Amino acid sequence: MEFSSSDARLLFVDPKDNVCTATRAIESGTPVQLSGHTVFISETVPFGFKIAACKIALDDKVVKYGVPIGSATRDIAIGEMVHVHNMKSDYLPTYTLDPRDRP
Amino acid sequence: MTISHKMLGYLRQDGRKGIRNYVAVCYLVECAHHVARAIANPFEERGVHLIGFGGCYPNAYAERMMRKLCTHPNVGAVLLVSLGCESFDRRGLEEAIRQSGRAVHSLVIQQTGGTRKTIDMGRQWIQTTLAMMEPFPTAPMRLHELVIGTVCGGSDTTSGITANPAIGLAFDLLIAQGATAIFEETGELIGCEHIMAERAVTHDLADELIATVGKAAKYYATLGHGSFALGNAEGGLTTQEEKSMGAYSKSGSSKICGILKPGDAAPTGGLYLLDMVPDGPVRFGFPNINDNAEIAELIACGSHMILFSTGRGSVVGSAISPVIKVCANPQTYHRMADDMDVNAGRILEDSATLAEVGREVFESVIATAQGKKTASESLGHQEFVLTYKYFEPLGPSCLPHA
Repeated sequence: MEFSSSDARLLFVDPKDNVCTATRAIESGTPVQLSGHTVFISETVPFGFKIAACKIALDDKVVKYGVPIGSATRDIAIGEMVHVHNMKSDYLPTYTLDPRDRP
Repeated sequence: MTISHKMLGYLRQDGRKGIRNYVAVCYLVECAHHVARAIANPFEERGVHLIGFGGCYPNAYAERMMRKLCTHPNVGAVLLVSLGCESFDRRGLEEAIRQSGRAVHSLVIQQTGGTRKTIDMGRQWIQTTLAMMEPFPTAPMRLHELVIGTVCGGSDTTSGITANPAIGLAFDLLIAQGATAIFEETGELIGCEHIMAERAVTHDLADELIATVGKAAKYYATLGHGSFALGNAEGGLTTQEEKSMGAYSKSGSSKICGILKPGDAAPTGGLYLLDMVPDGPVRFGFPNINDNAEIAELIACGSHMILFSTGRGSVVGSAISPVIKVCANPQTYHRMADDMDVNAGRILEDSATLAEVGREVFESVIATAQGKKTASESLGHQEFVLTYKYFEPLGPSCLPHA
Protein backbone atom coordinates (compact mmCIF):
# COMPACT_ATOMS: atom_id res chain seq x y z
CA MET A 1 0.00 0.00 0.00
CA GLU A 2 1.18 3.50 -0.77
CA PHE A 3 0.56 6.50 1.43
CA SER A 4 0.54 10.06 0.27
CA SER A 5 -0.62 13.52 1.08
CA SER A 6 -1.53 16.53 -1.00
CA ASP A 7 -0.71 18.61 2.08
CA ALA A 8 2.47 20.70 1.60
CA ARG A 9 3.15 20.46 5.34
CA LEU A 10 3.73 16.71 5.03
CA LEU A 11 6.62 15.31 2.96
CA PHE A 12 6.93 11.69 1.86
CA VAL A 13 10.49 10.81 0.80
CA ASP A 14 9.39 7.49 -0.76
CA PRO A 15 5.90 6.24 -1.73
CA LYS A 16 6.42 3.12 0.46
CA ASP A 17 6.88 5.21 3.62
CA ASN A 18 4.37 4.85 6.48
CA VAL A 19 5.66 8.03 8.11
CA CYS A 20 5.98 11.51 6.63
CA THR A 21 8.00 14.51 7.74
CA ALA A 22 6.57 17.84 8.93
CA THR A 23 7.93 20.55 6.60
CA ARG A 24 6.95 23.16 9.21
CA ALA A 25 5.77 23.05 12.81
CA ILE A 26 2.16 21.80 13.05
CA GLU A 27 0.08 22.82 16.08
CA SER A 28 -1.86 20.30 18.12
CA GLY A 29 -5.42 19.90 16.78
CA THR A 30 -4.57 21.05 13.24
CA PRO A 31 -6.45 19.10 10.54
CA VAL A 32 -4.24 17.60 7.80
CA GLN A 33 -4.95 15.40 4.78
CA LEU A 34 -3.41 11.92 5.07
CA SER A 35 -4.12 9.06 2.67
CA GLY A 36 -7.50 10.54 1.78
CA HIS A 37 -8.57 11.12 5.40
CA THR A 38 -8.82 14.31 7.39
CA VAL A 39 -6.74 13.68 10.49
CA PHE A 40 -6.29 15.93 13.50
CA ILE A 41 -2.70 16.19 14.70
CA SER A 42 -2.76 14.97 18.31
CA GLU A 43 0.22 16.93 19.64
CA THR A 44 2.34 19.81 18.35
CA VAL A 45 4.86 18.40 15.88
CA PRO A 46 8.06 20.43 15.40
CA PHE A 47 9.59 21.00 11.96
CA GLY A 48 11.51 17.96 10.73
CA PHE A 49 9.73 15.42 12.97
CA LYS A 50 7.79 12.40 11.72
CA ILE A 51 4.04 11.74 11.65
CA ALA A 52 2.36 8.33 11.18
CA ALA A 53 0.60 8.12 7.80
CA CYS A 54 -1.43 5.09 8.90
CA LYS A 55 -2.00 3.00 12.00
CA ILE A 56 1.32 1.38 12.97
CA ALA A 57 0.92 -1.57 15.38
CA LEU A 58 3.34 -2.57 18.14
CA ASP A 59 6.45 -4.20 16.58
CA ASP A 60 5.50 -3.06 13.06
CA LYS A 61 8.32 -1.57 11.01
CA VAL A 62 8.49 2.19 10.69
CA VAL A 63 9.31 2.86 7.02
CA LYS A 64 11.08 5.98 5.66
CA TYR A 65 13.21 6.21 2.50
CA GLY A 66 11.28 3.09 1.50
CA VAL A 67 13.11 0.97 4.12
CA PRO A 68 12.64 0.14 7.81
CA ILE A 69 14.28 2.69 10.07
CA GLY A 70 13.15 0.91 13.27
CA SER A 71 9.99 -0.54 14.81
CA ALA A 72 7.05 0.66 16.91
CA THR A 73 7.32 0.14 20.68
CA ARG A 74 3.53 0.55 21.02
CA ASP A 75 0.49 1.02 18.80
CA ILE A 76 0.70 4.32 16.95
CA ALA A 77 -2.40 6.04 15.57
CA ILE A 78 -2.59 7.81 12.21
CA GLY A 79 -1.56 11.45 12.64
CA GLU A 80 0.49 10.74 15.76
CA MET A 81 4.07 11.96 16.06
CA VAL A 82 6.64 9.13 15.70
CA HIS A 83 9.85 9.52 17.66
CA VAL A 84 11.89 7.96 20.50
CA HIS A 85 8.75 7.65 22.74
CA ASN A 86 7.01 5.17 20.43
CA MET A 87 9.67 3.61 18.19
CA LYS A 88 13.17 2.17 18.50
CA SER A 89 16.13 1.24 16.37
CA ASP A 90 16.34 -2.35 15.08
CA TYR A 91 19.98 -1.91 14.34
CA LEU A 92 22.07 -4.83 15.53
CA PRO A 93 25.72 -4.36 14.73
CA THR A 94 27.23 -7.40 13.05
CA TYR A 95 30.56 -6.46 14.55
CA THR A 96 31.63 -5.32 17.99
CA LEU A 97 34.51 -3.24 19.14
CA ASP A 98 37.43 -5.33 20.26
CA PRO A 99 38.21 -4.23 23.84
CA ARG A 100 41.90 -4.14 22.87
CA ASP A 101 41.10 -1.39 20.35
CA ARG A 102 39.74 0.93 23.02
CA PRO A 103 41.89 4.01 23.52
CA MET B 1 12.92 24.58 -23.72
CA THR B 2 15.53 21.98 -24.47
CA ILE B 3 18.88 22.50 -22.84
CA SER B 4 21.91 21.63 -24.93
CA HIS B 5 24.00 18.83 -23.49
CA LYS B 6 26.90 19.47 -25.87
CA MET B 7 30.21 19.56 -24.03
CA LEU B 8 33.82 20.11 -25.03
CA GLY B 9 36.57 18.55 -22.93
CA TYR B 10 40.27 19.34 -22.69
CA LEU B 11 41.92 16.33 -24.26
CA ARG B 12 44.57 14.45 -22.22
CA GLN B 13 47.10 11.91 -23.43
CA ASP B 14 45.42 9.01 -21.54
CA GLY B 15 42.14 9.68 -23.39
CA ARG B 16 40.38 11.27 -20.44
CA LYS B 17 38.95 14.76 -20.84
CA GLY B 18 38.93 17.68 -18.44
CA ILE B 19 36.12 20.18 -17.90
CA ARG B 20 38.69 22.75 -16.73
CA ASN B 21 42.27 23.41 -17.81
CA TYR B 22 43.93 24.44 -14.57
CA VAL B 23 47.60 24.84 -13.69
CA ALA B 24 48.41 23.25 -10.31
CA VAL B 25 51.13 24.74 -8.11
CA CYS B 26 52.10 22.08 -5.56
CA TYR B 27 54.15 22.48 -2.42
CA LEU B 28 55.77 19.23 -1.33
CA VAL B 29 56.16 20.19 2.34
CA GLU B 30 54.67 22.95 4.51
CA CYS B 31 58.04 24.77 4.38
CA ALA B 32 57.42 25.46 0.68
CA HIS B 33 53.75 26.45 1.15
CA HIS B 34 54.26 30.22 1.38
CA VAL B 35 56.49 30.34 -1.70
CA ALA B 36 54.03 28.20 -3.70
CA ARG B 37 51.12 30.41 -2.61
CA ALA B 38 53.00 33.57 -3.55
CA ILE B 39 53.69 32.10 -7.00
CA ALA B 40 50.03 31.12 -7.55
CA ASN B 41 48.30 34.16 -6.02
CA PRO B 42 48.62 36.69 -8.90
CA PHE B 43 47.13 34.08 -11.27
CA GLU B 44 44.14 33.13 -9.12
CA GLU B 45 41.67 34.48 -11.70
CA ARG B 46 43.44 32.62 -14.50
CA GLY B 47 42.90 29.09 -13.23
CA VAL B 48 46.08 28.54 -11.24
CA HIS B 49 45.32 26.38 -8.20
CA LEU B 50 47.39 25.66 -5.11
CA ILE B 51 47.58 22.15 -3.67
CA GLY B 52 50.19 20.38 -1.57
CA PHE B 53 51.18 18.05 1.20
CA GLY B 54 52.41 19.58 4.44
CA GLY B 55 54.16 16.58 5.98
CA CYS B 56 57.92 16.07 5.98
CA TYR B 57 57.84 12.31 6.69
CA PRO B 58 57.11 10.00 3.75
CA ASN B 59 53.62 8.54 3.24
CA ALA B 60 52.64 6.30 0.33
CA TYR B 61 49.00 7.46 0.43
CA ALA B 62 49.92 11.15 0.21
CA GLU B 63 52.38 10.53 -2.63
CA ARG B 64 49.75 8.55 -4.56
CA MET B 65 47.11 11.22 -3.94
CA MET B 66 49.46 13.93 -5.26
CA ARG B 67 50.26 11.85 -8.33
CA LYS B 68 46.56 11.32 -9.10
CA LEU B 69 45.69 14.98 -8.48
CA CYS B 70 48.57 16.30 -10.63
CA THR B 71 47.47 14.04 -13.51
CA HIS B 72 43.75 14.74 -13.02
CA PRO B 73 41.88 15.50 -16.28
CA ASN B 74 41.11 19.05 -15.08
CA VAL B 75 44.86 19.80 -14.74
CA GLY B 76 46.87 20.88 -17.78
CA ALA B 77 50.25 21.74 -16.25
CA VAL B 78 52.01 21.45 -12.89
CA LEU B 79 54.67 23.42 -11.02
CA LEU B 80 56.25 21.57 -8.09
CA VAL B 81 57.72 23.65 -5.26
CA SER B 82 60.12 21.86 -2.93
CA LEU B 83 62.19 23.15 -0.04
CA GLY B 84 64.86 20.58 -0.85
CA CYS B 85 65.30 18.46 2.27
CA GLU B 86 61.79 17.01 2.67
CA SER B 87 61.30 13.30 2.06
CA PHE B 88 58.62 13.62 -0.67
CA ASP B 89 59.58 11.72 -3.84
CA ARG B 90 59.73 14.85 -6.02
CA ARG B 91 61.49 13.19 -8.95
CA GLY B 92 58.98 10.32 -9.02
CA LEU B 93 56.07 12.77 -9.04
CA GLU B 94 57.69 14.94 -11.72
CA GLU B 95 58.33 11.90 -13.91
CA ALA B 96 54.73 10.66 -13.54
CA ILE B 97 53.41 14.08 -14.59
CA ARG B 98 55.80 14.25 -17.57
CA GLN B 99 54.76 10.72 -18.64
CA SER B 100 51.14 11.92 -18.62
CA GLY B 101 51.99 14.47 -21.34
CA ARG B 102 51.60 17.53 -19.12
CA ALA B 103 53.99 20.46 -18.85
CA VAL B 104 55.83 20.16 -15.52
CA HIS B 105 58.62 22.03 -13.79
CA SER B 106 60.24 21.75 -10.35
CA LEU B 107 61.67 24.54 -8.26
CA VAL B 108 63.81 23.64 -5.23
CA ILE B 109 64.00 26.63 -2.92
CA GLN B 110 67.37 25.64 -1.41
CA GLN B 111 68.88 25.39 -4.90
CA THR B 112 67.30 28.44 -6.54
CA GLY B 113 68.52 30.73 -3.77
CA GLY B 114 65.63 31.31 -1.40
CA THR B 115 62.14 32.76 -1.25
CA ARG B 116 62.35 35.80 -3.54
CA LYS B 117 64.21 34.11 -6.39
CA THR B 118 61.94 31.06 -6.32
CA ILE B 119 58.79 33.20 -6.40
CA ASP B 120 60.14 35.17 -9.38
CA MET B 121 61.13 32.04 -11.28
CA GLY B 122 57.83 30.35 -10.48
CA ARG B 123 55.76 33.30 -11.69
CA GLN B 124 57.77 33.45 -14.91
CA TRP B 125 57.17 29.75 -15.53
CA ILE B 126 53.43 30.15 -14.92
CA GLN B 127 53.27 33.17 -17.26
CA THR B 128 55.00 31.25 -20.08
CA THR B 129 53.00 28.08 -19.48
CA LEU B 130 49.63 29.87 -19.47
CA ALA B 131 50.53 31.43 -22.83
CA MET B 132 51.56 28.03 -24.19
CA MET B 133 48.31 26.42 -23.07
CA GLU B 134 46.18 28.61 -25.30
CA PRO B 135 44.63 27.38 -27.48
CA PHE B 136 44.49 23.89 -25.96
CA PRO B 137 43.20 20.86 -27.88
CA THR B 138 39.59 20.05 -27.08
CA ALA B 139 37.26 17.29 -28.18
CA PRO B 140 33.52 16.65 -27.87
CA MET B 141 32.77 15.12 -24.49
CA ARG B 142 29.84 12.82 -23.79
CA LEU B 143 27.92 12.39 -20.56
CA HIS B 144 29.30 8.88 -20.04
CA GLU B 145 32.80 10.37 -19.75
CA LEU B 146 31.86 12.39 -16.66
CA VAL B 147 32.88 11.31 -13.16
CA ILE B 148 30.85 12.96 -10.38
CA GLY B 149 31.47 12.69 -6.64
CA THR B 150 29.13 13.59 -3.80
CA VAL B 151 29.67 14.62 -0.20
CA CYS B 152 27.62 16.29 2.52
CA GLY B 153 28.78 18.80 5.08
CA GLY B 154 27.13 21.06 7.61
CA SER B 155 24.14 18.72 7.55
CA ASP B 156 20.91 19.41 9.41
CA THR B 157 17.47 17.84 9.64
CA THR B 158 16.64 19.01 6.09
CA SER B 159 19.67 17.40 4.38
CA GLY B 160 18.25 13.89 4.38
CA ILE B 161 14.83 14.87 3.01
CA THR B 162 15.66 17.43 0.30
CA ALA B 163 19.23 17.88 -0.97
CA ASN B 164 20.47 14.31 -0.44
CA PRO B 165 17.59 12.52 -2.20
CA ALA B 166 17.71 15.18 -4.96
CA ILE B 167 21.40 14.40 -5.51
CA GLY B 168 20.42 10.71 -5.54
CA LEU B 169 17.93 11.40 -8.35
CA ALA B 170 20.60 13.35 -10.29
CA PHE B 171 22.97 10.38 -9.81
CA ASP B 172 20.33 8.04 -11.25
CA LEU B 173 19.97 10.31 -14.32
CA LEU B 174 23.76 10.51 -14.80
CA ILE B 175 24.29 6.77 -14.37
CA ALA B 176 21.48 6.06 -16.86
CA GLN B 177 23.64 7.98 -19.38
CA GLY B 178 26.68 5.87 -18.53
CA ALA B 179 28.44 8.37 -16.25
CA THR B 180 30.43 7.36 -13.17
CA ALA B 181 29.08 8.47 -9.78
CA ILE B 182 30.93 8.11 -6.48
CA PHE B 183 29.52 8.40 -2.95
CA GLU B 184 31.40 7.91 0.31
CA GLU B 185 31.25 8.58 4.08
CA THR B 186 31.12 4.93 5.15
CA GLY B 187 31.04 6.15 8.78
CA GLU B 188 27.65 7.73 7.98
CA LEU B 189 26.29 4.50 6.48
CA ILE B 190 26.27 2.52 9.73
CA GLY B 191 22.89 0.84 10.10
CA CYS B 192 22.04 0.69 6.41
CA GLU B 193 24.88 -1.56 5.24
CA HIS B 194 22.52 -4.49 4.61
CA ILE B 195 20.16 -2.33 2.58
CA MET B 196 23.18 -1.06 0.63
CA ALA B 197 24.48 -4.61 0.14
CA GLU B 198 21.20 -5.57 -1.59
CA ARG B 199 22.12 -3.12 -4.36
CA ALA B 200 25.51 -4.74 -5.05
CA VAL B 201 25.96 -6.30 -8.49
CA THR B 202 27.57 -9.45 -7.03
CA HIS B 203 27.30 -11.37 -3.73
CA ASP B 204 31.02 -10.94 -3.14
CA LEU B 205 30.71 -7.19 -3.56
CA ALA B 206 27.77 -7.21 -1.12
CA ASP B 207 30.02 -8.86 1.49
CA GLU B 208 32.74 -6.29 0.79
CA LEU B 209 30.27 -3.41 1.23
CA ILE B 210 29.17 -4.75 4.63
CA ALA B 211 32.80 -5.26 5.66
CA THR B 212 33.64 -1.69 4.59
CA VAL B 213 30.97 -0.20 6.86
CA GLY B 214 32.06 -2.58 9.65
CA LYS B 215 35.61 -1.31 9.30
CA ALA B 216 34.36 2.29 9.54
CA ALA B 217 32.22 1.55 12.62
CA LYS B 218 35.16 -0.05 14.39
CA TYR B 219 37.56 2.72 13.41
CA TYR B 220 35.26 5.50 14.65
CA ALA B 221 34.38 3.58 17.83
CA THR B 222 38.09 3.23 18.61
CA LEU B 223 38.39 6.99 18.25
CA GLY B 224 35.43 7.38 20.63
CA HIS B 225 33.30 8.96 17.94
CA GLY B 226 29.79 7.55 17.42
CA SER B 227 27.56 8.56 14.54
CA PHE B 228 24.21 9.07 16.29
CA ALA B 229 24.23 11.95 18.78
CA LEU B 230 21.65 13.49 21.11
CA GLY B 231 21.46 16.55 18.87
CA ASN B 232 20.19 14.32 16.05
CA ALA B 233 17.18 13.26 18.15
CA GLU B 234 16.51 16.89 19.08
CA GLY B 235 16.31 17.66 15.36
CA GLY B 236 13.72 14.94 14.75
CA LEU B 237 15.92 11.99 13.77
CA THR B 238 14.99 8.94 15.84
CA THR B 239 17.35 6.08 14.96
CA GLN B 240 20.79 5.31 13.56
CA GLU B 241 19.12 3.73 10.52
CA GLU B 242 17.13 6.89 9.81
CA LYS B 243 20.17 9.15 10.06
CA SER B 244 22.26 6.86 7.87
CA MET B 245 19.49 6.52 5.27
CA GLY B 246 19.43 10.31 5.00
CA ALA B 247 23.14 10.37 4.10
CA TYR B 248 22.83 7.22 1.98
CA SER B 249 20.01 8.73 -0.11
CA LYS B 250 22.67 10.76 -1.98
CA SER B 251 23.57 7.50 -3.73
CA GLY B 252 20.20 7.26 -5.51
CA SER B 253 18.75 3.90 -6.50
CA SER B 254 21.15 2.50 -9.12
CA LYS B 255 23.02 -0.76 -8.64
CA ILE B 256 26.35 -0.44 -6.82
CA CYS B 257 29.02 -1.78 -9.15
CA GLY B 258 32.18 -1.41 -7.07
CA ILE B 259 34.25 -0.05 -4.21
CA LEU B 260 37.11 2.41 -4.70
CA LYS B 261 39.84 3.60 -2.36
CA PRO B 262 41.30 7.13 -2.59
CA GLY B 263 43.09 7.56 -5.93
CA ASP B 264 41.47 4.55 -7.64
CA ALA B 265 39.81 5.32 -10.96
CA ALA B 266 36.52 3.54 -11.73
CA PRO B 267 37.06 1.03 -14.58
CA THR B 268 33.50 1.50 -15.92
CA GLY B 269 30.56 3.88 -15.60
CA GLY B 270 28.06 3.30 -12.81
CA LEU B 271 27.81 3.81 -9.06
CA TYR B 272 30.80 3.31 -6.74
CA LEU B 273 31.33 3.56 -2.99
CA LEU B 274 34.57 5.28 -2.00
CA ASP B 275 36.03 3.63 1.09
CA MET B 276 37.90 6.47 2.78
CA VAL B 277 38.51 4.80 6.17
CA PRO B 278 42.16 3.72 6.50
CA ASP B 279 43.10 0.04 6.72
CA GLY B 280 44.88 -1.59 9.61
CA PRO B 281 45.00 -0.32 13.18
CA VAL B 282 43.98 3.27 13.97
CA ARG B 283 46.87 5.64 13.32
CA PHE B 284 47.28 9.27 12.16
CA GLY B 285 43.92 10.25 13.75
CA PHE B 286 40.50 10.80 12.17
CA PRO B 287 39.95 9.30 8.71
CA ASN B 288 39.06 12.67 7.22
CA ILE B 289 39.65 15.79 9.27
CA ASN B 290 37.10 17.89 7.35
CA ASP B 291 34.89 17.99 4.24
CA ASN B 292 37.74 19.09 1.97
CA ALA B 293 39.80 16.01 2.85
CA GLU B 294 36.89 13.94 1.50
CA ILE B 295 36.51 16.16 -1.55
CA ALA B 296 40.24 15.81 -2.37
CA GLU B 297 39.87 12.01 -2.27
CA LEU B 298 36.83 12.06 -4.56
CA ILE B 299 38.81 14.26 -6.97
CA ALA B 300 41.82 11.91 -6.79
CA CYS B 301 39.42 9.18 -8.02
CA GLY B 302 38.90 11.30 -11.15
CA SER B 303 35.80 13.32 -10.17
CA HIS B 304 35.33 16.21 -12.59
CA MET B 305 33.09 17.94 -10.08
CA ILE B 306 31.53 17.44 -6.66
CA LEU B 307 27.88 17.65 -5.62
CA PHE B 308 27.96 19.05 -2.09
CA SER B 309 24.82 18.84 0.05
CA THR B 310 24.57 21.29 2.92
CA GLY B 311 21.83 22.21 5.40
CA ARG B 312 23.49 24.59 7.82
CA GLY B 313 25.43 26.27 5.02
CA SER B 314 28.96 25.33 3.99
CA VAL B 315 30.80 27.81 1.80
CA VAL B 316 33.73 25.68 0.61
CA GLY B 317 34.80 24.89 -2.92
CA SER B 318 37.92 23.03 -3.94
CA ALA B 319 41.11 23.15 -5.89
CA ILE B 320 41.10 21.14 -9.17
CA SER B 321 37.37 20.36 -9.51
CA PRO B 322 34.32 22.63 -9.20
CA VAL B 323 31.94 22.11 -6.28
CA ILE B 324 28.18 22.47 -6.82
CA LYS B 325 26.40 23.42 -3.61
CA VAL B 326 22.95 21.93 -3.15
CA CYS B 327 21.36 23.71 -0.20
CA ALA B 328 18.87 21.57 1.73
CA ASN B 329 17.45 24.21 4.06
CA PRO B 330 15.38 27.06 2.56
CA GLN B 331 16.22 29.45 5.41
CA THR B 332 19.95 28.81 4.93
CA TYR B 333 19.53 29.33 1.20
CA HIS B 334 17.90 32.73 1.60
CA ARG B 335 20.56 33.79 4.12
CA MET B 336 23.55 32.56 2.04
CA ALA B 337 22.25 32.50 -1.55
CA ASP B 338 25.54 33.80 -3.03
CA ASP B 339 27.29 30.63 -1.89
CA MET B 340 24.67 28.21 -3.23
CA ASP B 341 23.99 26.74 -6.68
CA VAL B 342 20.74 24.84 -6.14
CA ASN B 343 17.97 25.58 -3.64
CA ALA B 344 16.69 22.11 -2.70
CA GLY B 345 14.85 23.80 0.19
CA ARG B 346 12.14 24.71 -2.35
CA ILE B 347 10.81 21.20 -1.69
CA LEU B 348 9.93 22.33 1.85
CA GLU B 349 8.49 25.64 0.63
CA ASP B 350 6.18 23.71 -1.70
CA SER B 351 7.57 25.47 -4.78
CA ALA B 352 9.27 22.40 -6.30
CA THR B 353 9.05 18.63 -6.13
CA LEU B 354 11.96 16.33 -5.31
CA ALA B 355 11.98 15.20 -8.97
CA GLU B 356 12.21 18.81 -10.20
CA VAL B 357 15.15 19.59 -7.91
CA GLY B 358 16.85 16.32 -8.92
CA ARG B 359 16.53 17.41 -12.55
CA GLU B 360 17.91 20.85 -11.66
CA VAL B 361 20.97 19.25 -10.02
CA PHE B 362 21.48 17.14 -13.16
CA GLU B 363 21.23 20.23 -15.39
CA SER B 364 23.69 22.12 -13.19
CA VAL B 365 26.18 19.26 -13.66
CA ILE B 366 25.90 19.69 -17.43
CA ALA B 367 26.18 23.49 -17.22
CA THR B 368 29.28 23.18 -15.02
CA ALA B 369 30.83 20.69 -17.44
CA GLN B 370 30.10 23.18 -20.24
CA GLY B 371 32.20 25.75 -18.40
CA LYS B 372 29.71 27.68 -16.27
CA LYS B 373 31.35 28.68 -12.99
CA THR B 374 29.77 27.37 -9.79
CA ALA B 375 29.09 29.75 -6.89
CA SER B 376 32.21 28.67 -4.99
CA GLU B 377 34.35 28.93 -8.13
CA SER B 378 33.13 32.50 -8.77
CA LEU B 379 33.90 33.41 -5.16
CA GLY B 380 37.46 32.08 -5.52
CA HIS B 381 37.16 29.10 -3.18
CA GLN B 382 40.02 26.64 -3.73
CA GLU B 383 40.23 24.80 -0.41
CA PHE B 384 42.58 21.85 -0.27
CA VAL B 385 43.87 19.56 2.47
CA LEU B 386 45.84 16.32 2.45
CA THR B 387 46.90 14.38 5.53
CA TYR B 388 48.61 11.12 6.47
CA LYS B 389 46.74 7.85 5.90
CA TYR B 390 47.35 4.17 5.28
CA PHE B 391 45.54 1.95 2.76
CA GLU B 392 45.91 -1.58 1.48
CA PRO B 393 45.06 -2.36 -2.16
CA LEU B 394 41.45 -3.22 -3.09
CA GLY B 395 40.26 -6.79 -2.69
CA PRO B 396 39.50 -8.88 -5.83
CA SER B 397 35.70 -8.59 -5.50
CA CYS B 398 35.64 -4.80 -5.31
CA LEU B 399 35.76 -3.88 -8.98
CA PRO B 400 33.72 -4.87 -12.02
CA HIS B 401 35.61 -5.97 -15.12
CA ALA B 402 35.98 -3.11 -17.57
